[in-house]
Amino acid sequence: MINVPSTVRIAIKSLTVNKMRSALTMLGIIIGVGAVITMLAVGTGARQRISEQISSIGSNLLIILPGSTTSGGVRMGSGTQPTLSLADAESILKECQSVAYAAPVHNGTAQVVYGSLNWSTAVVGTTPAMLEVRDWPVSAGRPFTDDDVKSATKTALLGQTVVSNLFGSDDPIGKIIRIKNIPFTVIGVLDTKGQSPQGQDQDDTIYIPVTTAQKKLFGSSFPGMVRTIMVKAKSPDVISDAERQIVQLLRQRHRIAAKQDDDFTVRNLTQIMQTAEQSTKVMTLLLGAIASVSLIVGGIGIMNIMLVSVTERTREIGIRMAVGAKTWDIRLQFLVEALTLSIIGGITGIIIGISGALILSAIAGWPTTVSVLSILTAFSFSGLVGIFFGFYPAYKASLLNPIDALRYE
Amino acid sequence: MALIEVQNVTKIYPLGDVPLVALDSISLSVENGEFISIMGPSGSGKSTFMNILGCLDKPTNGSYLLDGCDVSTLNRDELSEIRNSKIGFVFQGFNLLRRTSALENVELPLLYSGTPSTERRARASAALDTVGLAGREGHYSNQLSGGQQQRVAIARAIVNRAPIIFADEPTGNLDTKTSAEIMELFLQLNADSNITIILVTHEPDIAAYSKRIVRFLDGRIVSDEKAAQS
Repeated sequence: MINVPSTVRIAIKSLTVNKMRSALTMLGIIIGVGAVITMLAVGTGARQRISEQISSIGSNLLIILPGSTTSGGVRMGSGTQPTLSLADAESILKECQSVAYAAPVHNGTAQVVYGSLNWSTAVVGTTPAMLEVRDWPVSAGRPFTDDDVKSATKTALLGQTVVSNLFGSDDPIGKIIRIKNIPFTVIGVLDTKGQSPQGQDQDDTIYIPVTTAQKKLFGSSFPGMVRTIMVKAKSPDVISDAERQIVQLLRQRHRIAAKQDDDFTVRNLTQIMQTAEQSTKVMTLLLGAIASVSLIVGGIGIMNIMLVSVTERTREIGIRMAVGAKTWDIRLQFLVEALTLSIIGGITGIIIGISGALILSAIAGWPTTVSVLSILTAFSFSGLVGIFFGFYPAYKASLLNPIDALRYE
Repeated sequence: MALIEVQNVTKIYPLGDVPLVALDSISLSVENGEFISIMGPSGSGKSTFMNILGCLDKPTNGSYLLDGCDVSTLNRDELSEIRNSKIGFVFQGFNLLRRTSALENVELPLLYSGTPSTERRARASAALDTVGLAGREGHYSNQLSGGQQQRVAIARAIVNRAPIIFADEPTGNLDTKTSAEIMELFLQLNADSNITIILVTHEPDIAAYSKRIVRFLDGRIVSDEKAAQS
């Protein structure tokens, strides 16, 4: 009969006899588990930051840019030819089934003045749909309405950066600001959005009705044309459907023959971000894999020490066998020793790993997220390492011949 | 029926071209309560014989009935069980666990027989008391003298109420006075608890404590006689 509590006690006792050795053996596992947890935390943190950025530019987002002009054989790049109109945006919303919102954008940079302060910012002429496309609520005041667009009112929604630069701590709602010397009434303030994936300050912007932008601010030689159209698909699954429907519709509306190229470009930002997320995922796996190698090396350390221990304690094994220890009594004793080393090492490693992640966040400013799953994985992995690398020494010990073992010097 | 019944036991070690015959057809029978010395020069086969009697080794040929059970057919774990319940060992080099208290050393056989811990402690204490080491339960083996260590080993041999003690040169590492004390202890255990004692020695004055002396030479028993004084 195997007496489990006594076996555990014997194992812990013999580990405490060689404290230094036990501690050093555990160090391998501690480093391994700690590295796995820290690396996974760094990877997961990076991934979460990217997901946050994806949702900050707006989810399920498509951007339609006008096509390029060719002048004297020189192609001018996309966006140089004004081919998109307000009517295109309206028609996309009406005709394309997979599109939830479509917002035309006519923008430019302008100097904005309030009282004695002035600030240069991106002025975006658009429709109320824009706020839906960007998932960007108004934090104070009211958003502008379709009526504002229809009658080209001089109303403005300010981003937080503009508010702090022009108004400081004053309440901007209802105040009159001047954009290119034209007075606009501030009707609302946009919520804080933070950085874009490209590092731009998204809050440094002013939203005004698109019609006002076209007629009063950034007049163009092509009336009714807009710079871009931003589209939100109904769900992530139908983004490519929406893209196809838009291309089909715009080719028809722009009367493009079958063999001609599109005079516009549809960009799928979410897809780009998803690719970035995918690559971080691969990086996380890679970091985890490298860290696992150190865990395995730690396991080999345990095996090494256990083999030494079996040789050193040959006589003890002989004595135990002589007084009646069976094969599994001996095997279990050494297995429990290996397991104890790896489990205590695992727990310490978890603590070190979590602290490592916190320290990295504090010092390097990397976002880290310690997931429960990574802790459980690292811990059970260290247990498996203990059993796996502890079994051979235990097996070897149990096969000793008691007579030879008793005579061993 | 005899406690130990050995019939034509042969042990052959396959050493190179010429196999080494360590035991050549030994037959011996030991009754319950005997005190036997096995004597003989080195290489005479007495240690090999002891290992087989102690269920640490198996004979190449022949049968060995221990307490009516044929142990020559048992496997490793079954032999462990027999050693645990029927046999106590006392060695020349004491063979105690280092860095382990006297009490825990004595408890060892009980650990492997699955005795509950409170009973284990009580019986180990009682066994230490029997060998005259009451009050030394907590001493580590390296804090005890040779004679005391051997007493701990004897306590370990009797703690599981084994009917037989095999003692292999138990006084080999002890001075004359301590040797005498240890032998008196064996005599006392033999007389009071009716424990069968089988002793391997090459010292005639140690063998003189026993009631029967078996002499080995070249793997055979050359004489088997009752000792003179008892």
